[in-house]
Amino acid sequence: MTLAAPPQAPAPQDATEMAEIANRIRRDVIRMVHAAGCGHPGGPLGLAEIFATLYFQELRLDPENSEHPLRDRLILSNGHCCAVLYSSLARRGFFPVEKLHTFRKFGSPLQGHPHRGALPGIEMSTGSLGNGVSVAAGMALAAKMDRLDSRIYAITSDGESQEGQPWEMATAAAHYGLGNLTLLLDWNGIQIDGRTEDVMNPGDIGAKYAAFGWHVQEIDGHDFQALSAALAAAKAETERPSLLACRTMIGKGVSYMEDVSDFHGMAPDDEQAILALKELGDPSPDDLDHASPGLWST
Amino acid sequence: MKTEATRAAYGRALEALGHSRTDVVVLDADLSGSTKTAAFGKSFPDRFFNMGVAECNMMGFAAGLALSGKTVFASSFAIFAAGKAWEQIRQSICVPNLNVKIVASHAGITVGEDGASHQMLEDIALMRVLPRMKVVVPADSKQTEAAVEAIATTEGPCYMRTSRAATPVMDDAPDFVFGKAVVHRKGSDLALVACGVEVYQCLLAADELSQEGVECTIVDCATVDPLDAETVCEAARTCGRVMTVEEHQIVGGLGEAVAGTLLENGALVPMRRHGMTGQFGQTGPAAALLDHYHLDGPGIAEKARRFLGETR
Repeated sequence: MTLAAPPQAPAPQDATEMAEIANRIRRDVIRMVHAAGCGHPGGPLGLAEIFATLYFQELRLDPENSEHPLRDRLILSNGHCCAVLYSSLARRGFFPVEKLHTFRKFGSPLQGHPHRGALPGIEMSTGSLGNGVSVAAGMALAAKMDRLDSRIYAITSDGESQEGQPWEMATAAAHYGLGNLTLLLDWNGIQIDGRTEDVMNPGDIGAKYAAFGWHVQEIDGHDFQALSAALAAAKAETERPSLLACRTMIGKGVSYMEDVSDFHGMAPDDEQAILALKELGDPSPDDLDHASPGLWST
Repeated sequence: MKTEATRAAYGRALEALGHSRTDVVVLDADLSGSTKTAAFGKSFPDRFFNMGVAECNMMGFAAGLALSGKTVFASSFAIFAAGKAWEQIRQSICVPNLNVKIVASHAGITVGEDGASHQMLEDIALMRVLPRMKVVVPADSKQTEAAVEAIATTEGPCYMRTSRAATPVMDDAPDFVFGKAVVHRKGSDLALVACGVEVYQCLLAADELSQEGVECTIVDCATVDPLDAETVCEAARTCGRVMTVEEHQIVGGLGEAVAGTLLENGALVPMRRHGMTGQFGQTGPAAALLDHYHLDGPGIAEKARRFLGETR
């Protein structure tokens, strides 16, 4: 059996192109969650730059051969933010963008939380907070055992850091020196019930990971240059697992959702969706007939 | 009669498997000396990972390794593996249907002196309720060795329950085949359907009952899920009465698996579920506990007599 060529990262894009990709992801998120009538828009909006960077600059993937053994892997451990994952996978070519409007609908492979096997590119079923990070670490251990060049990425959140399991994972990943593991913390200070510092203050999560023996970089999660530099530094660190503690803003890009916990788990109504699409520069902001394929081609 | 704990046979079989299967990776949660995975760890240090006292994370690591093509055996005590890490097993192993074999020792009241906190009496229920999970409860070390080989070649999640206490090795019994029940003796008055350490105790009870003119069929459901419906229903039809025996709560365990199977196959006959009845265990030597809860040969015989008397 001949193995397909190792997957490659996408060709480099300039800052304007990256910003446009992030913006397109945000418009997808608004349309998907509005079409579903429920879901989580805020977190995905705050992750747009991170996902644009990972899927359009960093991850070595082959959409035509999504299970290539030498691919990089990404697990969205805070699975409720899956709208950003689905948009990124579709835009990277893993499945047709016209499927995005079926998000959360009966019979759709785009379940309300990621479901492995439903669509190419979904590495793991997640949604129960705390679980995905351990699976990512297990993948990193496997790659290290087999001396594969693959890097394993996982997205986690400050709310998820209230679970116990990530700290079990953090101990084990440091113990086994998983230098091929990069965790990106979506540190927006908001969870469903309100501000994390009020609900259950997780404290300085970056400092905690550092105390667990991780290589930690705190950055602005909306700054493409900072993200690229931090991902490169994470790759250069081969002995310790890396955390990118990304300071983010929930709802970023939509004025009335920014830094507001209400839109952690609530869909915009028609008026709100139109306003959001206008703010994000959608060419047809008033057209909420999301099943219309033309809306996804721009 | 030679005795050996099923966990010891697991350790031996796992180490043997490691020689032929380089894809096998073993995880343990700081109990490798007790679960007996340590032998594998000694022979294959590059494929053995002690995950420390962190069972939930261990199941996640197991899933990640399985997603990367490994056949993973993850071991701890049953209370921690099936109990503490149940949600991780559901979400990260069963939902994505991954090739992880959870082999959990120290199940049942025969854990003995460790007492109620460590006597896992609900694991069969917790595991058999999960879609895709196969459940194996070997009766002795001979079955255990064969079961390790069998589950290693059966795709998808599997739970195998082993015991702490040394128990008799039934060398004359038919070989273990995954998904098939083993019939140890045939009678026509009562079917005793059991798994694990209770199989041998049922044989003792059958000897005692035989002297009183009651002949038992002993069905050993070493594979609890999928249950061998054909063999169980045939025993029920032949004997007309079924008593299940397990060192597990009667709720959710083998007894309910058997009852459901008889019901759905039109083979319902008068039936009793014998096991732990809505209570936790207590400290003491395994033999004393088996005696106290009527889960040794004489206790089972007494329960059987009462059942037969009530349904005569």
